[in-house]
Amino acid sequence: MNVPNELLHRRDVVNELLRDRSDLLVVAGLGAPNWDISAAGDSPNNFPLWGAMGAAAMMGFGLAIAQPKRRVLVITGDGEMLMSLGALATIAVQNPPNLTIAVLDNERFGETGMQKTHTAAGVDLAGIATAAGFRTSRIVRTMAEVTEIRDLAHRGNGPVFAQVKINPEALYFVLPPADGGILSTRFRQSVLGDGSLYN
Amino acid sequence: MADLQKKEPVALPTWPDDVYRVLKEADVRQVGMVPDAGHSRLIRAFEADPQARVITLTTEEEGIAMLAGAWLGGERGVLLLQSSGVGNCINMLSLPMICRMPLLMLVTMRGEWGEFNPWQVPMGQGTRAVLEAMGVIVTRADEPHLVASTVSGAANLAFNTWRPAAVLIGQRVLGAKNFKELARK
Repeated sequence: MNVPNELLHRRDVVNELLRDRSDLLVVAGLGAPNWDISAAGDSPNNFPLWGAMGAAAMMGFGLAIAQPKRRVLVITGDGEMLMSLGALATIAVQNPPNLTIAVLDNERFGETGMQKTHTAAGVDLAGIATAAGFRTSRIVRTMAEVTEIRDLAHRGNGPVFAQVKINPEALYFVLPPADGGILSTRFRQSVLGDGSLYN
Repeated sequence: MADLQKKEPVALPTWPDDVYRVLKEADVRQVGMVPDAGHSRLIRAFEADPQARVITLTTEEEGIAMLAGAWLGGERGVLLLQSSGVGNCINMLSLPMICRMPLLMLVTMRGEWGEFNPWQVPMGQGTRAVLEAMGVIVTRADEPHLVASTVSGAANLAFNTWRPAAVLIGQRVLGAKNFKELARK
């Protein structure tokens, strides 16, 4: 049970978001969110980014409109999301029901020495998403609220934005394949079938 | 007489209609764009197309990421942008390169032939070098009747060999604005 004011642990959050994930498609932003989804279990239905900071939300969006019958969950960090705030406006205008964006907000640039991000000074990502037009946009502080986001993501009642406040802990890395060609090919083979290998 | 000739309506160029047909043949479904006057006819064609989705971006690199996601989900797309937007894309171009994904960019050029606005020149002159530095295969069309075939070639290259390709549509094709004339009372 959560003690009030106790910050969530990022891998508990990700494990819950991905619980019984079925055919959920997952895009993770570079750095710790990549290691987090990999710690929860590497999968061909994961696309963990190793670079291209700022790409995660729009990549999830392009995937979501290409695959309207699948649910897409983007898991990224506050620094990565801050780099592409305009994407929240673009996505809100398009209003994709099958897309959820969960930002693991430790208020730090975790890979580069834990420098504070803008959210540490109070920048309200969920408020920005609301103002952009996301009808569901929340700040999440408890595991019960994480479960609600998980259920919304799995049901496809989106678009959903969640800013999950987490502990700024540095954990061991769990690395997925780093070869982008492998990540692309295995993802497409899983989603589109073996035919995708022939073009 | 010279003034009269300037004010006569010019026949609208139809090369964008040919580009639209080429992109439809390539099965393009997602059209990401930051608008440019040179792309306006092509954008209107896609907006009228129920099988395509036009997505207005706040900045061009959003489109690189979006089309990477599209490819993972089995859809093809195109990014329409002006040369000034190429600079916004630089690091994001890592994504199609390292992930062996197709990317088709149609770039309307500014800052070259006939340019009036000096602020367009630095990025316009740097456009090809920036794209090539990031591994994008660049081809160029400077005659209206060559644009569609150039786009067709770039689309085949991108989608059949899984790499980024850009077509630069020269300012000579688009016609240069004359701001002094526009500013005249």
